[in-house]
Amino acid sequence: MKQIKKVLGEGLHKYTMIIALVALVIFFNIASNGKMITPSNFQNLLSGNAYVLILAIGMLMVIVVGHIDLSVGSVAGFCGMVMAIAFQTWNLPWWAAVLLALAIGALVGAWNGFWVAKMGIPGFITTLGSQMIFRGAVIWISHSISVPAPSELKFFGAGHLPEWGPAFTGMNNSTLLLGVFAILFFAYSQIRQYKRTNVLRGSKEALWPTLVRIALISVIIGYLTWLFGTGRPGTSFPVPGLILVILVIVYHIITEKTRFGRHIYAVGGNKNSAALSGVNVEKTYFMTMLNMSLLAAVAGILFVGRSTAAGPSDGTGWETDAIAAVFIGGAAVSGGVGTVMATMVGGMIMAVLNSGLMLLGVGADKTQVIKGLVLLAAVAFDVYNKRPGHVSITKRLFNLNKAENKEGSPAEKK
Amino acid sequence: MEDSIILQMRDITKVFPGVRALDGVTLEVRRGEIHSICGENGAGKSTLMKVLSGVYPYGSYEGQIIYMGEEARFKNIKESENAGIVIIHQELTMIPELSITENIFLGNEIVRKGLIDWEEARQRTVELMARVGLNLNPNTPIKNLGVGQQQLVEIAKALSKNVKLLILDEPTSALNEDDSANLLELMRDLKSKDITCIMISHKLNEIAAISDAVTVIRDGRTVETYPVEAGHVDEDRIISSMVGRAIENRYPPHESHPGEVIFEVSDWCVEDPNVPGRMVCKNSSFHVRAGEVVGFAGLMGAGRTELMRSIFGHNYGVFRGGTVRMKGRELHIPTVSAAIEAGIAYVPEDRKNLGLNLLDSIRMTIVSANLKAILTGKLLDSDKELQAAEKSRTDLLIKTSSVNAGVTTLSGGNQQKVVLGKWMFTEPEVLILDEPTRGIDVGAKYEIYRLIHQMADQGKAVILVSSELPELLGMSDRIYTICEGSITGEIASRDANQEKLMRLMTTTSDVKS
Repeated sequence: MKQIKKVLGEGLHKYTMIIALVALVIFFNIASNGKMITPSNFQNLLSGNAYVLILAIGMLMVIVVGHIDLSVGSVAGFCGMVMAIAFQTWNLPWWAAVLLALAIGALVGAWNGFWVAKMGIPGFITTLGSQMIFRGAVIWISHSISVPAPSELKFFGAGHLPEWGPAFTGMNNSTLLLGVFAILFFAYSQIRQYKRTNVLRGSKEALWPTLVRIALISVIIGYLTWLFGTGRPGTSFPVPGLILVILVIVYHIITEKTRFGRHIYAVGGNKNSAALSGVNVEKTYFMTMLNMSLLAAVAGILFVGRSTAAGPSDGTGWETDAIAAVFIGGAAVSGGVGTVMATMVGGMIMAVLNSGLMLLGVGADKTQVIKGLVLLAAVAFDVYNKRPGHVSITKRLFNLNKAENKEGSPAEKK
Repeated sequence: MEDSIILQMRDITKVFPGVRALDGVTLEVRRGEIHSICGENGAGKSTLMKVLSGVYPYGSYEGQIIYMGEEARFKNIKESENAGIVIIHQELTMIPELSITENIFLGNEIVRKGLIDWEEARQRTVELMARVGLNLNPNTPIKNLGVGQQQLVEIAKALSKNVKLLILDEPTSALNEDDSANLLELMRDLKSKDITCIMISHKLNEIAAISDAVTVIRDGRTVETYPVEAGHVDEDRIISSMVGRAIENRYPPHESHPGEVIFEVSDWCVEDPNVPGRMVCKNSSFHVRAGEVVGFAGLMGAGRTELMRSIFGHNYGVFRGGTVRMKGRELHIPTVSAAIEAGIAYVPEDRKNLGLNLLDSIRMTIVSANLKAILTGKLLDSDKELQAAEKSRTDLLIKTSSVNAGVTTLSGGNQQKVVLGKWMFTEPEVLILDEPTRGIDVGAKYEIYRLIHQMADQGKAVILVSSELPELLGMSDRIYTICEGSITGEIASRDANQEKLMRLMTTTSDVKS
């Protein structure tokens, strides 16, 4: 037990949702006679859900700061439509249309941010208003008709990485390169962290947990690389998936490693204490709302690229999926709690449910019912675990309750 | 005399985890008198009233309450109200959006055939208001009334419940002078109608003006209780029994070496953000030297916290003029971050609501007011963060298994050390400590006192706001007193004693305002 803890680090409960996700994938794979874990299904899973997961990144930040954004679906639809019209009707080059859509997204975010930060109107009401405004606006500017999107965007919305190099690898070489790069980066950062920890603590920690960790992650990344890389010829790790991964890394760093990120958690945790610590609460609200709509624009553009046309009802209901992802990922309604990574796991659980139930031939109606129940169950599970006096189920599973205090604190080991 | 006693509380003891809030308190109130209860902040006055009114139900305390000749065993407020005991709290509890009538009959509605009879309720409201000297439309929403009028409506509400014993917890603390005088007049009037009043108050002049009897509580015990003649109350006697505790050696020895004046506030004026026109700070001026500990004494609501928070980047109230100078240079500090930048740190009195984000770990809290110091490039450096946290932990003797532990795992004293650590990490020149030892045990207090001395020895200017007079006398070099928003006195600690301070804290200086 001790060994497992050394490899995986503190707080095994973090892995509860990951375990649930893996279990879900395996369950669907068995139930569908192996249709779940296939290259094309995994590619579709990422490519078809990237836009919701991108929304979920921004939504996580909004929820951590203590608000909610109900307008993301409408804003995504609006920005996608503006881009299509700019390309089709105003004959702008595709890249200029994309930039315009992003700028509109930022403007809409500033609009939401103004009402929330400056006027003190709760995000729920502000964005409920925006939801109606921009849904109306999409229908208005499009006259309820779909507008074709620039074909260049298909690459971003549903494209695959290029094929190149030797064929003996037996897989898409771009994907292979990505996988190798990911493994190297992970190993490098782990070893760097190991060295710094030793310098900082002035003690010699064993090297083996780090090595086991690297080996473990390498195997996982390696397997995924193989899975994504060995699909039909011409397919690879999807481009929208790559965009998602880049955004996840960027926003992981923003939320964990920048002052702005710290401020979001501080304001969400205790607004008054944050203000007395010199945090500009209004500015934090404003920037968080602005960022959300900017990401909504990105999601809208990717979706339009994928479906090759912008429709007047694009984005309807997306906010629900994004919000569900955030809460399944363990964020708190009262703010201050939640991480980008956990949100991604939450979003993937929803995505896998969608895909798995479809493979089993369950209709969209029943899928909706099941998704609702899963959301409730996941959050109830979280609430139950956090209630004082209850030993969490993960801990009970691993029989950790006794070891908790002693093992939980590296400083005590000296 | 025995017959005329309406209330007797015998040997009331109430224990909270770790604190003995009441320790054998005895209180006797005669029918139809105005009985004042005095005591320092935290002496146990409010707790006693909560025991009486059933907020703390029968069984959660020890001792006996004899009310109207029978033992009372109230399980909740409803039961005590049915018996005719009504408490009016310091903070008014009415619902601003509802009308006077709706508030008066809230929870006590006049129902006929399942529906509320508003017509009758309104009529009764008009009658009740007449009894407290109000002449208003009963449909007026509470939010349109002034604080003084709201207080009168509260009393009208109490009258609607057929009150026999009315408890007023610091009834005039939020009122201006006219409203206060009005309220005292009403209390005399109620007395003539055979309603007994218990008044908790800090304001000695008011107590002196209307009391028939005084009970002084200190550290959860009754110090003395005696009848007085209204208008001829010996204020000195009350003061000395309020503060007269044995002075032990609870403060570390320290020799101070004050240097130049480095922090100067002049003519600082702040308006109450909620009550336009009410000034919470009136032309306050003071200065602090390097290496000096300056105390601020004042009773609750005197405006100490408001003054400090307003100086700290206009964090409270509406700024109405005044200047701050640091080392002779005038500062422009309209925001908290500007104040931190300028070298001011403020440790708030309410640790849990203002001082800490309870979701954070110790290490995140320590650096939270000075994230700049742990940047490497544009990113926060977790190594620097850890080093800062570990340094605070050793310097301040924070008792924890790991700096990664959440702040909620700490005791009150250690939480306060974390808050101090957070502000020391901003490397301030001026450190404002607002009730730094509230709610922490004696041992932790001693350590905090040592830290305060350490900071003074490093040449920082320390401002210590405290409700505990012995603490101010034991820790400060110089003490300012505040009463109702004005600085009413400045006195060197060696010339001061608790009686002198208490007198300055309870005198409104009309000269300055």
